[in-house]
Amino acid sequence: MSLEHADVKRAAHLARIALGDDEAAHYAADLGRILEMADQLQAVDTEGVAPLAHPLDATQRLRADEVTEGNQRERFQRCAPAVENGLYLVPRVVE
Amino acid sequence: MMEWETVIGLEVHVQLATRSKIFSGASTAFGAEPNTQACAVDLGMPGALPVLNEAAVAMAVQFGLAIDAEIPEVSIFDRKNYFYPDLPKGYQTSQMYHPIVGRGEIEISLDDGSTKRVRVHHAHLEEDAGKSLHEDFQGMTGIDLNRAGTPLLEIVSEPDMRSAKEAAAYLKAIHAIVTYLGISDGNMAEGSMRCDVNVSVRPKGQAEFGTRAEIKNVNSFRFVERAIAFEVERQIELIEDGGKVVQETRLFDPELDETRSMRTKEEANDYRYFPCPDLLPVVLDQAYVDHLRSALPELPSEKRARFQDELGLSAYDAGVLSSSREMAEYFDIVKDTCGDAKQAANWVQGELAGALNRENLDIEQSPVSAQQLGELVARVLDDTINGKAAKQVFQGLWNGEGKTADEIIKAKGLKQVTDTGAIESMIDQVIADSPVQVAQYRDAEPDKRGKMIGYFVGQVMKASRGTANPQQVNQLLKEKLDALC
Repeated sequence: MSLEHADVKRAAHLARIALGDDEAAHYAADLGRILEMADQLQAVDTEGVAPLAHPLDATQRLRADEVTEGNQRERFQRCAPAVENGLYLVPRVVE
Repeated sequence: MMEWETVIGLEVHVQLATRSKIFSGASTAFGAEPNTQACAVDLGMPGALPVLNEAAVAMAVQFGLAIDAEIPEVSIFDRKNYFYPDLPKGYQTSQMYHPIVGRGEIEISLDDGSTKRVRVHHAHLEEDAGKSLHEDFQGMTGIDLNRAGTPLLEIVSEPDMRSAKEAAAYLKAIHAIVTYLGISDGNMAEGSMRCDVNVSVRPKGQAEFGTRAEIKNVNSFRFVERAIAFEVERQIELIEDGGKVVQETRLFDPELDETRSMRTKEEANDYRYFPCPDLLPVVLDQAYVDHLRSALPELPSEKRARFQDELGLSAYDAGVLSSSREMAEYFDIVKDTCGDAKQAANWVQGELAGALNRENLDIEQSPVSAQQLGELVARVLDDTINGKAAKQVFQGLWNGEGKTADEIIKAKGLKQVTDTGAIESMIDQVIADSPVQVAQYRDAEPDKRGKMIGYFVGQVMKASRGTANPQQVNQLLKEKLDALC
């Protein structure tokens, strides 16, 4: 399976990564090689094998329903570019 | 004229009543200052890892057991990837392929007293996003992440509903189940229950479904009915005018009472689901599930059956009175206070329901408490007041004119007059004042007189300001008038 230029641009858009046309061409080749490897794996017969949800053979530990985190707003907001009235400010989102 | 059939499926998001979030130890309390309940996990800080809340798992399983659903041994969390500022991790942790609750069924009761089963496709656990505030920040958007990570149970129905009423009944049934179980406060105004509605229409008799529209942002029982009513009409008009319904997301606007298309995204959503590597598969052993099953409380359908079998209420009364935990608790207090289940049912569904409806109040907001109403009904049962006066007392309690029924009965002088002498003298006066009517009564055929007595009863009741015992008035009037014939 080979990657078209448009596929790379779309994947980049979905991941919110800005890619120039030169870069897109470069990544099309790089990612293409990864897909080739995936193609090799596709050749393995997996009939009757359950899909793996996690590589570790373990199950989820659960925590008790207790409030253990206090208010650390000031600390967290120190690394935010803009805050007002306790809110994080971001470029306007058009609905 | 073509006959159309409506097909409706609902996705209901129920906020689970845990103290802490689904994957972090931050509080879920409503109404806190912005971002004071958002910790490193909720903010998606690098290296912060989720740990699943046991109570969220237990609540989801309880719901599954309450709707007789399959509870799979293994469930798995997936990442649903999309970018939005109120989702700082860049993905919502959800369950796409292996939900915690499998197929189940919910019984809904309809206005005509009949019931219908709606199939539930599955229910899955996921986290809520934060809130975006679009006004007043110099062209910027404000983000509050207190809600981010709040546990939600998303309940997905099959497209089994055929009318707006059925959809509303289904939503009410879910509301009743989650509040009976105590797994959610069910407060729709605060967003504890939200609903996306899938609506399509098809010519009656056609097997395949029409193209559906999804309506978002429907957050009350009334809105569900109104949004569907509008949408059905829109789709039918569109098709009858030669147009086509497009599959899209629409928003319900309660102010304008309409649905409208949300700006179509340039690109169809591609959420690129994959298993969350930070969370291991959740495995529920049978003993755990059995333990939860044994701790289930009495559910709405069981309560309804008990109201019918033990209290002798009609199917309709039992259905209405068991429809919510608040309603059932209110009814139980009225019944225990007055000692008569049928009278309690009549008052809760009659006078009280009417007054609540008129002012758009829920039963938990009733100005008349269950205790007050029970005492009022008791005064009707022991003949202290008649039915007419009871309505005045109810109004008095509703308006806060007194703390108890007895207080208002005394203040307004509504105690029923049962003293025969007093009633007789009022009757004599009315007869003396109504020579024309008395003459008519005398001249009438005996079998017509029964109807004519109504006039005199009305006059006597008026003279007593509604406090005379109506049965006595009737009896004595008949004797006196017949004596004149």
